[in-house]
Amino acid sequence: MATSSTQSIIRNGLWHNNQALVALLGLCPLLAVSNTVINSLGLGIATTLTLVLSNGLVSSLRGYILPEIRLPLFVLMIAGIVTIIELLMHAWFYQLYKSLGIFIPLIVTNCAIIGRAEVFASKNRILPSLLDGLAMGLGFSFALLALGVFREILGAGTLFSQAELLFGETAKNWQIHVFDNYTGALLALLPPGTFIGLGLLIAAKNAYTLHK
Amino acid sequence: MQFSTSCSPFIPANTSVSLVMRQVLIALTPVLGVMFWLFGYTVLLHLLLASSTALLAEAGCLWLRKRAVTIHLLDYSALITATLLALAIPTIAPWWMSISGTLFAIIIAKQIYGGLGYNPFNPAMAGYVFLLISFPQQMTAWQTPYTFLPISDSLNLIFSGSVAFDSISSATVLDSIKTTKTLGTSLLDLRSSSLFGFIAGQGWELISLAYLTGGLWLLYRKIISWHIPTAVLLSLCIPTSIHYLIDANNVANSPLFQLFSGASLCGAFFIATDPVSAAASNTGRLYYGALIGLLIYVIRSWGAYPDAVAFAVLIANLAAPAIDVYMRPKSTSQR
Repeated sequence: MATSSTQSIIRNGLWHNNQALVALLGLCPLLAVSNTVINSLGLGIATTLTLVLSNGLVSSLRGYILPEIRLPLFVLMIAGIVTIIELLMHAWFYQLYKSLGIFIPLIVTNCAIIGRAEVFASKNRILPSLLDGLAMGLGFSFALLALGVFREILGAGTLFSQAELLFGETAKNWQIHVFDNYTGALLALLPPGTFIGLGLLIAAKNAYTLHK
Repeated sequence: MQFSTSCSPFIPANTSVSLVMRQVLIALTPVLGVMFWLFGYTVLLHLLLASSTALLAEAGCLWLRKRAVTIHLLDYSALITATLLALAIPTIAPWWMSISGTLFAIIIAKQIYGGLGYNPFNPAMAGYVFLLISFPQQMTAWQTPYTFLPISDSLNLIFSGSVAFDSISSATVLDSIKTTKTLGTSLLDLRSSSLFGFIAGQGWELISLAYLTGGLWLLYRKIISWHIPTAVLLSLCIPTSIHYLIDANNVANSPLFQLFSGASLCGAFFIATDPVSAAASNTGRLYYGALIGLLIYVIRSWGAYPDAVAFAVLIANLAAPAIDVYMRPKSTSQR
């Protein structure tokens, strides 16, 4: 691990070891929040930020952490970072903060984050760890976004609805109606639809890898 | 002189998939006839849409999975799924409903799991539940029985929805029970309303009777065994009878009403008996059927949806592997 090059870190994070599609970690927020593209994007950014900061913090303190108590310490650090991010979102993206609700504090329990702290950051120098956090976070966000697009198009027939939550008042008319007079297949917005969507996404990735 | 001798058993077995499936299709013709008489060409149009979609989707999936297309298409299993689904969705539903429902049934519920024999859920019911959850408004608006629609009106209705909707659609009896229950009014006057026929919904009791006829014929031909239908119907009747003894004012608790409304008989004879998704042993089938009957009673009495057969069957499908584990017949050495 210590010898992994920049290129392989990025490739692993975005594709080969994608936390959502390959490792199947952090499924709770992935399944719960991906109902619209904007929600997905919001949670994706928050998770990526958490991953970068927690990887950096864990890596910089790795010399002082006793292996026996490392997991509680990791959780403590991640919880602190998530609290900071939650307060920041509360201050600047209040509408999005309200629409994501409990899932912002629940980023703490996203096993992808503690997974990267344990597997990568606690064994590597700061710079590779920061990069790993970024790559893993972007890979997770990519899966979130793909699922968000799938669910919003099928479930509501729109794209980028409520974009003002993230991009301010100017984004109010970004909403795209993909189909006319489409009432939406409610199933896609409900939990079973999300599981089906995730399954199809993983199948598509596996098929692509297999045929390459 | 040489005689050709074949090995035992000498009684030919009635077990080819396509033969069984064809008998099921034949058993469904009385239902199709009754529904045609009650509703008109709308039924046939949906049947046509669903069947062609099912065959195309099945062929496409088989081709993608590099399987022999013609052999698997000729086993009629996709046609059964399409027929059951087409008979289950409201006849005045728009064209894309029978198509999307069939696509979900064939692709997601059947082929993705590995095709016929590997699907844990009954494909027709998975497609039905997909439609019911996704488009509840269209799925609960049924055509009023005895409003025979000629072919031109049927085409207009299904493909452009241009016929006045309210004049030919009405709530089913199970539907109006749900609404009267939430309004808290008495269910006594339901029996005298025009929705009610002899023992259950007007017109609907005839469809149920047709399902019963087809089911009994399947039993007679030994295509299905008696275990599942009997268990389903008994475990639906026993709790409703007890409920009826306590509260006889409630029409909905009459066992005969429960049997002849909604999809009880269809579910008992045609859906629950699907050999792939049901329990495998005979004792297991009794438990499996009893679970379905009980779930129908519970969901109909306290659930949010008017009918419950599809949900009950899917939940029991989930339980079937566990039932099989506990009902595994003992080997001779263990007896």
